[in-house]
Amino acid sequence: MSDFEPRITAFVCNWCTYTGADLAGTSRLHMASNVRIIRLPCTGRIDPLFIVKAFERGADGVIVSGCHPADCHYTSGNYHARRRFAVFHDIMEFIGVDPRRMTFSWVSASEGAKWRDVVDEAVTNVRALGSFEAYRALAPVEDRKA
Amino acid sequence: MTETATDVKEMREIARALLAEGDVRVIIGWEAARRGARPVFVTDPAEADRLIFDARCVHNLVTYLNPRRDHVAELGKIGLIVKGCDVKAVAGLLREAQLTRDDVVLIGVRCGGVLEENEMPAAVTLTRDNVAPRCYGCDNREPTLFDHLVGEPQPEPPRPAQTIDERIAALEDRPLEERWAFWTEQFSKCVRCYACRQVCPLCVCERCVADKTRPRWIEPSPHARGNLSWNVTRALHLAGRCVGCGECERFCPVGIPLSLMNGKLQQIVAERYGYTVGDDPEQAAPIGDYRLDDEQEFIK
Repeated sequence: MSDFEPRITAFVCNWCTYTGADLAGTSRLHMASNVRIIRLPCTGRIDPLFIVKAFERGADGVIVSGCHPADCHYTSGNYHARRRFAVFHDIMEFIGVDPRRMTFSWVSASEGAKWRDVVDEAVTNVRALGSFEAYRALAPVEDRKA
Repeated sequence: MTETATDVKEMREIARALLAEGDVRVIIGWEAARRGARPVFVTDPAEADRLIFDARCVHNLVTYLNPRRDHVAELGKIGLIVKGCDVKAVAGLLREAQLTRDDVVLIGVRCGGVLEENEMPAAVTLTRDNVAPRCYGCDNREPTLFDHLVGEPQPEPPRPAQTIDERIAALEDRPLEERWAFWTEQFSKCVRCYACRQVCPLCVCERCVADKTRPRWIEPSPHARGNLSWNVTRALHLAGRCVGCGECERFCPVGIPLSLMNGKLQQIVAERYGYTVGDDPEQAAPIGDYRLDDEQEFIK
């Protein structure tokens, strides 16, 4: 357990957070290296099923990040996403998933430092919660990976 | 019941006239059968007397208007008998352009609640022990969406021993790990028969995401992990759409308490967006709509 490194999947919007994460990199900001980024055109493109799938495939935590309200490249994608993820967040909590495993944030292209903070906080939270064994234990035995 | 109630007589008269005048080709309602009420398709005006309505008529017949059931639409124009909860599903289909108002003649019945267990030879008086829990707090005993409305104004249904909201609250009082244990245990029973989807009047997708194989979003074999994906997805797709008719739970062969999941969704959209599902097709659904100042306390 002591050498547990959380695996975190980040679903990010191409127009803001992805560029923000790039800025964090080019600015040489230090941050946890536990996050695998999946770049999508908009937070509105992120089906809650993506998050479920990430947990299924072994993620211990998930980050969803996109443009601040009023900044959406497609005008309203993030507003639609905000409602969808509000419902998703609440229903996952209802079925017993710790909401700290799911981080939602708005990170603009100029907020490299905020991205670092989001990542570090998510990693700290998930590290404290430990591996999401409870989810992986649901799989049929032959599918379980160490 | 020996004497036919006036609302049933009225309903039969309307059905007979609609069929005789050729306004509709089929009336979908309920009939009495050996094991209780069951859905019936009446095409002959002479058979309109088969129609009944009492507390055993639990089925939401709006599932027959679901565009997936094109074999029903092939029968011709439909006259449908609907309770207050059912007609909300009609409004849902109209709202989402899955149906046009001219496709159907709605015969509304004023309903004062139905039984939880409908398989009995005659209707009995509703009590706290036999009423369907979903009927508690019914807000549509006076429907507004109909072509014909029959029956007298109905009293409030009795309060069940435990309401759905109380069961949800009891579950929410338990810690996360216990809720996880409860739901994964429930979902592990799922055999993936998709009866919940098939009976739902608002599960309208021609090709369900659960049936897609490229990519295979939801694992099709019935084990706990894929079952969780399926049940969460089913619920989310009904967020702000579910009318709480309870047919998914009633049809579930393994008894997963889907009404708790659906009830929780209704609570979420009510608390966050002030939305209560009604029978007005013009009312915007909460998912697919937004406000600039929606709450975002969960977003960093």
